[in-house]
Amino acid sequence: MADIGTFARGQQDAGFGDYVALLKPRVMSLVVFTALVGLLVAPVPVHPFVAFAAVLFIALGGGASGALNMWYDADIDALMRRTRGRPIPAGRVAAGEALGLGLGLSGLSVMMLSLAGNLFAGLFLGFTIFFYVVVYTVWLKRRTPQNIVIGGAAGAFPPMIGWAVATGGIGLESLAMFAIVFLWTPPHFWSLALFMKEDYSNAGVPMLTVTHGRPATRRHILAYALLLAPVALATAFTAIGGPVYFVVSLTLNLAFITAALRILRRSEASAEADGYRAEKRFFRFSLLYLFAHFTALLAEAALRSLQLGGW
Amino acid sequence: MAIARDHDLHRRRFGRNLGLGLVLAGFVVLVFGLTVAKVQRGGLLEGYDYQPRSSLLTPEPAQ
Repeated sequence: MADIGTFARGQQDAGFGDYVALLKPRVMSLVVFTALVGLLVAPVPVHPFVAFAAVLFIALGGGASGALNMWYDADIDALMRRTRGRPIPAGRVAAGEALGLGLGLSGLSVMMLSLAGNLFAGLFLGFTIFFYVVVYTVWLKRRTPQNIVIGGAAGAFPPMIGWAVATGGIGLESLAMFAIVFLWTPPHFWSLALFMKEDYSNAGVPMLTVTHGRPATRRHILAYALLLAPVALATAFTAIGGPVYFVVSLTLNLAFITAALRILRRSEASAEADGYRAEKRFFRFSLLYLFAHFTALLAEAALRSLQLGGW
Repeated sequence: MAIARDHDLHRRRFGRNLGLGLVLAGFVVLVFGLTVAKVQRGGLLEGYDYQPRSSLLTPEPAQ
């Protein structure tokens, strides 16, 4: 047991909030929302309490992978302004504690989701944690500028897990939701990288802005916005889509592509002159884009339950 | 360093322990709720309990 003297020598004692911070609550909110939508739009009804518990365990699994990510990335987190205040680089939580918490919560969330939902959903959550921690964090993040393209799959799995809780499997509709988040992730993070370049290059993380330069990143953002649009629109014609979703998606995709074109046309000098206003706006808009798409899917499900939705 | 009853360290630890306590209590409630939900979904189950029960027998056709 540590006595007071131990902490007087520099290491601070962690508060409860520090352990919560290890679970990346902001990322968790996106996981909760997309998983909940995936679960609610599925054609099989789920008991409300089981749905609540399942989403909670999916969120816990997401949090566990966040803690494992912070354990592994503590060295580069300490170098970046954006992440310097995280519990491990700030010295409030020991790396080993984050590892223990991450592993413990991973096992607990997979086990509990298997019991609350079904075994497939539980194993899918386990695979997602593995993908985020091993494939993205350990393998790709420090090696290739394609890190967030492939790693983005981890963030795109939650709606599929939600769907799996209800149906016990995978469907065209859950793959469509996956594809939307998967193709949305790169332009979202690259717009962030455009105004955070110093951070990533200081830490030696090969973001596209560092390896291929900013003009190439701007082109990539547009390319992914163009790839995303047909996928997002096509979802309107699956069993979970409908006219409401179609109108929302059409409007948002036009705005998204227009904003990506605006980013493409900007030179570094003009971006720096106005403090990366367009890039920051694109980043914020991309959050709205995803939120609105999933909300529209939820609206379609609600309309269907009133015999009003669909084509 | 003098150990006072209201040392900052104690307050932080109390907060941590309280947080963990609430999380554990919440987990117990969650598992209980899940059990109730699952049992209800499975219907009222009548298992074999060493007592012959007429309600489980299929009625014989009248002769």
